[in-house]
Amino acid sequence: MAEPQRARPKPTPETQHFWDGTKAGELRLQRCDACAHIYFPPRPFCPSCASRKVSVFKASGNGFLYSYVINHRPAAPGFTPPYAIAVVELDEGPRMMSNIIDCPQTPEALELDMKLEVAFEKLDDNITLPVFRPAKG
Amino acid sequence: MRKNQVAVVGAAETTELGVIPNASQLQLHADAALNAIADAGLKLSDIDGFATAVETPQQVCHYLGIKPTWVDGTSVGGCSFMLHVRHAAAAIEAGLCKTVLITHAESGKSMIGKLPRSTPPDSLNGQFEAPYGVYGPPSMFPIPVLRFMKTYGITHEQLASVAVVQREWAAKNPRAMMKEPITVADVLNSRMIAYPFRLLQCCLVTDGGGALILTSADRAKDFPRKPVYIMGTGESVETPMVSQMETFNSSRAFKTAGPLAFKEAGIAHKDVDHLMIYDAFAHLPLFGLGDLGFMPYEETGKFIADGNTRPGAKLPLNTNGGGLSYMHSGMYGMYALQESVRQMRGTAPAQVPNAKVSVCHGVGGMFAASGTIVFTNER
Repeated sequence: MAEPQRARPKPTPETQHFWDGTKAGELRLQRCDACAHIYFPPRPFCPSCASRKVSVFKASGNGFLYSYVINHRPAAPGFTPPYAIAVVELDEGPRMMSNIIDCPQTPEALELDMKLEVAFEKLDDNITLPVFRPAKG
Repeated sequence: MRKNQVAVVGAAETTELGVIPNASQLQLHADAALNAIADAGLKLSDIDGFATAVETPQQVCHYLGIKPTWVDGTSVGGCSFMLHVRHAAAAIEAGLCKTVLITHAESGKSMIGKLPRSTPPDSLNGQFEAPYGVYGPPSMFPIPVLRFMKTYGITHEQLASVAVVQREWAAKNPRAMMKEPITVADVLNSRMIAYPFRLLQCCLVTDGGGALILTSADRAKDFPRKPVYIMGTGESVETPMVSQMETFNSSRAFKTAGPLAFKEAGIAHKDVDHLMIYDAFAHLPLFGLGDLGFMPYEETGKFIADGNTRPGAKLPLNTNGGGLSYMHSGMYGMYALQESVRQMRGTAPAQVPNAKVSVCHGVGGMFAASGTIVFTNER
């Protein structure tokens, strides 16, 4: 029997650009052309001013650790506990859930406000997940 | 909405609470409903308005044989029943119906006839949260708490004391699941679930249900039970994704619903004799005390750790033992409402002497939704 897999995202027309971006090694956000609001998750209008004139752009991929839990039980399929489920605040403003790689999954190593940078984890030919690791330097 | 125009005239939980292996979820709805109808001295045919969550109104109405002219299927998680109370009060005032039954039941432990919960992979949660290993409420609901602790200087010991104090209340309640006294050390040594939360800081998983019956305050005086008036109400939603909350330092839904209810009731915090804050996890009472404006967030942890919410203290909080020690079938809001009604009737196992105003504050999802009801026993 195959190992249980972690949950696989399935893009929609509104989110396809985001998943095309991660496949190309880019973290893509959206900015409102009318009010300059930067937002996530993807949608083809601005949730701040309702303008439909919005642009996709490549984010810096930099951010900091806003909060997290270290999940012990029950573990999600495809995960070996304990593992951290984090929320990262991006330099551009939006926050996103993610995992922190290249870092012990301990309260001592996972310091709130630590600087992070995006990395990409290929799940299959269609989906590459954005994850984060401690920023270098 | 005008205050004290609508009253609770029937209130009951399922005959049993805890582990109920001999009844389906739908039958638990019926058991709670029949108990509430008996409590109000009514017949099923007297009910012309109906509200429930998760199960559809048509499912429960058909099972019970109710023919409603007003229904509400608002389903926003565990506080849905606070929203039902608010909507029912408005409907009664508007003349859409006269007598509303609100039911909740969940076979949360035995899982008999329980509808499956799923996160489709093309939903926003399925795309942007599920791939990172969230798996049930314990992996999601506590995600804000480390930020909240850092911002306000809240300690692990203070968060543990929430469970300790609520166990003190539960010890006074024969129907509570967990009654053995516990210490802060017990909490901090219990099994790790999702750091920083351990087993005793997470809600129970049980079976049960409850039901309420509301009618106009003018009719309420003719019922066998002391009427409990709806003094103020509030509701809001924020986001189904915990990662997308505006901030982890507070809940926008709490900060909207709570003050709305206080304003409608025309009360100040010093007027509150009894308080329920839905405690799926130990941080919720701290968010609630801050977001409802009882005190600055920085003081919430110390306030509870210092014993200010325990039996006999100045702000009795979660007096049934709460979701941490009384019961938690999955959507606990109904049990918080039941305890507020008991306190206002003067029939609670751990009765707060002379309580006249009770505030009942609920959460739905992971800070996704909120509803607040202010009750009073004086018109």
